Amino acid sequence: MSVDWQPGCSLQMLHLRAKMLQNIRKFFAERSVLEVETPLLGSAIGTDPQLDFFTTTFQWSPMQQKLFLQTSPEFAMKRLLASGSGSIYQICKAFRNGESGRFHNPEFTMLEWYRVGYSLPELMSEIDELMMQLFDGIKSFQPAEKITYQAVFKSYTNLDPIAFSYEDYAAYARNHGISEAITICGQDQSAWLDFIFSHHIQPHLGWDSICLIYGYPACFSSLARVNAENSAITDRVELFIQGVELGNGYYELGDFKEQSSRFDREIAARKASERPDIVKDNKLLAALEAGLPDCSGIAIGLDRVLMLLSESASIDEVLSFSISRA
Amino acid sequence: MAVYSTNEFKAGLKVMLDNDPCAIIENEFVKPGKGQAFNRVKIRNLKTGRVIERTFKSGESLEGADVVDVDMQYLYNDGEYRHFMQPETFEQYQADEKIVGEAAKWLRDQDSCTVTLWNDAPLAVVPANFVELEIVETDPGVRGDTSGGGGKPAKLATGAVVRVPLFVQTGEVIKVDTRTGEYISRVKE
Repeated sequence: MSVDWQPGCSLQMLHLRAKMLQNIRKFFAERSVLEVETPLLGSAIGTDPQLDFFTTTFQWSPMQQKLFLQTSPEFAMKRLLASGSGSIYQICKAFRNGESGRFHNPEFTMLEWYRVGYSLPELMSEIDELMMQLFDGIKSFQPAEKITYQAVFKSYTNLDPIAFSYEDYAAYARNHGISEAITICGQDQSAWLDFIFSHHIQPHLGWDSICLIYGYPACFSSLARVNAENSAITDRVELFIQGVELGNGYYELGDFKEQSSRFDREIAARKASERPDIVKDNKLLAALEAGLPDCSGIAIGLDRVLMLLSESASIDEVLSFSISRA
Repeated sequence: MAVYSTNEFKAGLKVMLDNDPCAIIENEFVKPGKGQAFNRVKIRNLKTGRVIERTFKSGESLEGADVVDVDMQYLYNDGEYRHFMQPETFEQYQADEKIVGEAAKWLRDQDSCTVTLWNDAPLAVVPANFVELEIVETDPGVRGDTSGGGGKPAKLATGAVVRVPLFVQTGEVIKVDTRTGEYISRVKE
């Protein structure tokens, strides 16, 4: 019997990954950002309506406790920030159930960092600096392209993502050979934006320079603050290089009441789409109530960064053992 | 028939789409970090041969199509239909010109080929990758030219026309790659 036991990536890739991790640690050490660790197993989990999680059971006879493998270290890191840690970063595994494909593995490596006192534009500059450093000698990018979600959406489709009109979107779908979008998305603005952005906009982003999209429509607020001047948009940023989505960041929401009602809304949305029921993370809410310093933070998928650094076509090629080999 | 979810879509899977049998060519999982998951699928309509792209919501499913490729022997052409036989069972099938399509110009009586059956009726015919056919008509080559440079058209027993080297003559049997329609070599009887 022949068993395929070997890694999916080359030995050279192991070295490239180690080098990337070294570069990242050097980058943050020079900026006095503290490296931290938080648990992968948590008693609570994010309520994001589009994320599925893994659960496990802690056996401590006669007790049993349901634990969640974290979809991101965000909540625990915010508790550190609220306790006065100052700027922090973490490189850890994150787990997302039901995700597997050319750019997805259910277990992946994430870099997440928070900058106390940083506005979103300041964080965006630092993202650009880190990417320039990682891609140094591999690709030479022009200075970062920073463009609002509305501007980039309009420039590729002529559609307004903020003043959403179902008729305009349905007409666009019919004229561009994606009429199935009408059935899939219906009246759901977020679904329409996800569909058209991922199909017709994202592939064009970040070829000559790294691309930072900011000013997301308020329906994509997640854990970001609503913009102080325009309540129709949210202070969220996403990073794209060569058509690949690499990161997602926020000017972090600190208002615990607002956070709590967003959790309630997301839990209701999860119920409506028949996703597993969860309770909100009261420890995070208590930390926010105690006071989260003003900060901006972002999470970046490092396996995808490695795919771009090595020009790999699939995430399997940069992981030692992807899910099919694990 | 079985039902397949987007997670089971992979190259070669035969499914029903818009009432036509189709084959999946490529399936890409597309999911914005915090957004809706889609599957972007490249799919070939087996009736028309056309390749289209279609996006599904992840988790949607399609009914499987009862499509199988069967090795058969080509028997004869009755003018309206071409007849094929499954050698093991002796079961016979007939297919009109629309279904046989381009394969017709490579089919010689008794040769083997692949017939795609949908619900046990022929859907498409694919000739063997290499066939050996006699040249029935070609201009006489220039005497002494053995270089093979240039070439000339030659009509084969089945009606196909291929380019052959100048030294190849009427009455000779040649080997042809049916996927490209290119001459491979002479066949010594």
